[in-house]
Amino acid sequence: MKTEKAVAGDRALFLNFANRISPQINRKVHLLASFIEKEKGEGILEIVPTYRSLCIYYDPLRLTLKDLKTALDQIEHELERAKKTPPARVLEIPVVYGGEYGSDLGFVASSSGLSEEEVIQIHSGRDYLIYMCGFSPGFSYLGGLDERIATPRLKTPRVRVPAGSVGIAEEQTGIYPLESAGGWRLIGRTPLKLFDPYRDPPIPFVPGDYFRFIPISEEEYQKKLEKVRRGDYKILIHDSQQGSFSCI
Amino acid sequence: MIANKDPFPVFEVLESGALTTIQDLGRFGCQKYGVPFSGAMDDFSLKVANLLVGNDSNAAALEITGLGPKLKVLNDTGVALSGADFNAALDESPFRGWRLVRVRKGSIICIKEARRGFRGYLAVTGGIEVPEVLGSKSTYLTGKMGGLDGRSLRKGDIINSSSPEVSQVRMPLRFLPEEYVPVFSSRVEVRIIMGPQDDCFDDEGIKTFLNSWYVVSLNSDRTAYRLTGPKIAHRQKADIITDAIPQGAIQVPGDGQPIVMMADRPTTGGYAKIACVIAPDILKIAQLKPQDEVRFRKIGIDEAHEFLKDKETELTRIRKVLEAQATVLTRKKYQVRVGDEVYQVQVEEIPDE
Repeated sequence: MKTEKAVAGDRALFLNFANRISPQINRKVHLLASFIEKEKGEGILEIVPTYRSLCIYYDPLRLTLKDLKTALDQIEHELERAKKTPPARVLEIPVVYGGEYGSDLGFVASSSGLSEEEVIQIHSGRDYLIYMCGFSPGFSYLGGLDERIATPRLKTPRVRVPAGSVGIAEEQTGIYPLESAGGWRLIGRTPLKLFDPYRDPPIPFVPGDYFRFIPISEEEYQKKLEKVRRGDYKILIHDSQQGSFSCI
Repeated sequence: MIANKDPFPVFEVLESGALTTIQDLGRFGCQKYGVPFSGAMDDFSLKVANLLVGNDSNAAALEITGLGPKLKVLNDTGVALSGADFNAALDESPFRGWRLVRVRKGSIICIKEARRGFRGYLAVTGGIEVPEVLGSKSTYLTGKMGGLDGRSLRKGDIINSSSPEVSQVRMPLRFLPEEYVPVFSSRVEVRIIMGPQDDCFDDEGIKTFLNSWYVVSLNSDRTAYRLTGPKIAHRQKADIITDAIPQGAIQVPGDGQPIVMMADRPTTGGYAKIACVIAPDILKIAQLKPQDEVRFRKIGIDEAHEFLKDKETELTRIRKVLEAQATVLTRKKYQVRVGDEVYQVQVEEIPDE
């Protein structure tokens, strides 16, 4: 599938795939991004992959738009010949659900006509594709929330949502990586630090990975939080193809 | 050039001003982590201020917004104020912009309101010293990182520079010649390139966008300039599948009011982008204050790249002019009479080649 190119100002170029949100299209975005990252020569500054597009930031003083387009065509051509896609990884995200950590769990349960226990089961019962990282530091756009637990946002956003909060907004679920204001319904909290500017890279995942939420007790939460603070917590990662575990 | 050695206290903040932050040219390569560039809203003025005090053009300086800070000088050093034209004083005398000014321990720099333009830069010899976060000293306010703990300056803060470069402080004369000093206006025309989603707007909408004056709303900041004016009509809807937001992109949400995305913008967003402001004109927006007016002029991408080259050439020329000034040891003026004509002659002593 060939991309469509669109100029976005004097220093950015979009490569657009089909105008839909789908895991297949998104996989192509990330594959192309990884190819460009590898091959990028002089003048390509940064690449931002999103649902169905790649934004290439370039320096027109070092690389003309014409040469950039030629180089990208070449990379796309190589990509078509390369069939192998990297294996998807699944990251385990421990979450303490409900109580003070997820004060809207009761609301989500009652508005979906389920028990709190059922909401937790449904939410932690599937893996979520990380379509992209963006908007704010470390924020991931996840796909695939079960529509049974879809819940509208708060009418008035909270002024302060703690870092690590796991929430639901309509048919999306996500994690607040940093403390911020926010209007999502909070159902739980992870002790993991999903964004740390002093870590390299600052996020522990790459788009194209999956999150798997693992329910934990409050006691485990506190223990893991302590480990995270000391910097010796390892995130459990499943490799979807080999079925193996690794840690980062 | 910027040594990261012993911090050298240069200012105590007596009054913070409206919004004063530490900025360099920005944080690059991190948008894929959701972290925007941040950095100086008016990159040209920051670069020139740095060159005036003898720094690398990317050194960190204070970005001043609308109403400046009052600072007590803690050690002799060199400073330069650039950007907006501020009503400013050094002790009892006027503090002039676009030139190297030697300041003495105990002096008070008082930067009051901006008379023309909105943002200024106060550079100090050696550059402001704060820890780098993701490769930059720039303050990213909503992400609470960079600068002084990710926040704006407060009363009582101590600002450090890296070790002072005495030779620079001794430099007698360094100023930006008048012809290079930008003049900021409260009504500006800004050049744009259409797209990437101009196809979300009908002909009428695009005509409105290109032929109307838009007013800067009070709700504008380092993240975005929100404009109000004639409504820009969409073909169908304002929402797109979320994608990247380049700096200078003009989003138009469902209410038809354009938003120019600036240094601290979210890295991605879901509103259609009708056009993008070209890089050399972003500072024109940054120098607008609420109630000022802007309109947009469409240009082509090749033309835009020529303007970008021109801007780079201008900066190279400025760099050369300033370097030449730095080598002037003395400067004397004479009146010379030749026949009936009287000439003003200036003699500059320069070091031996």
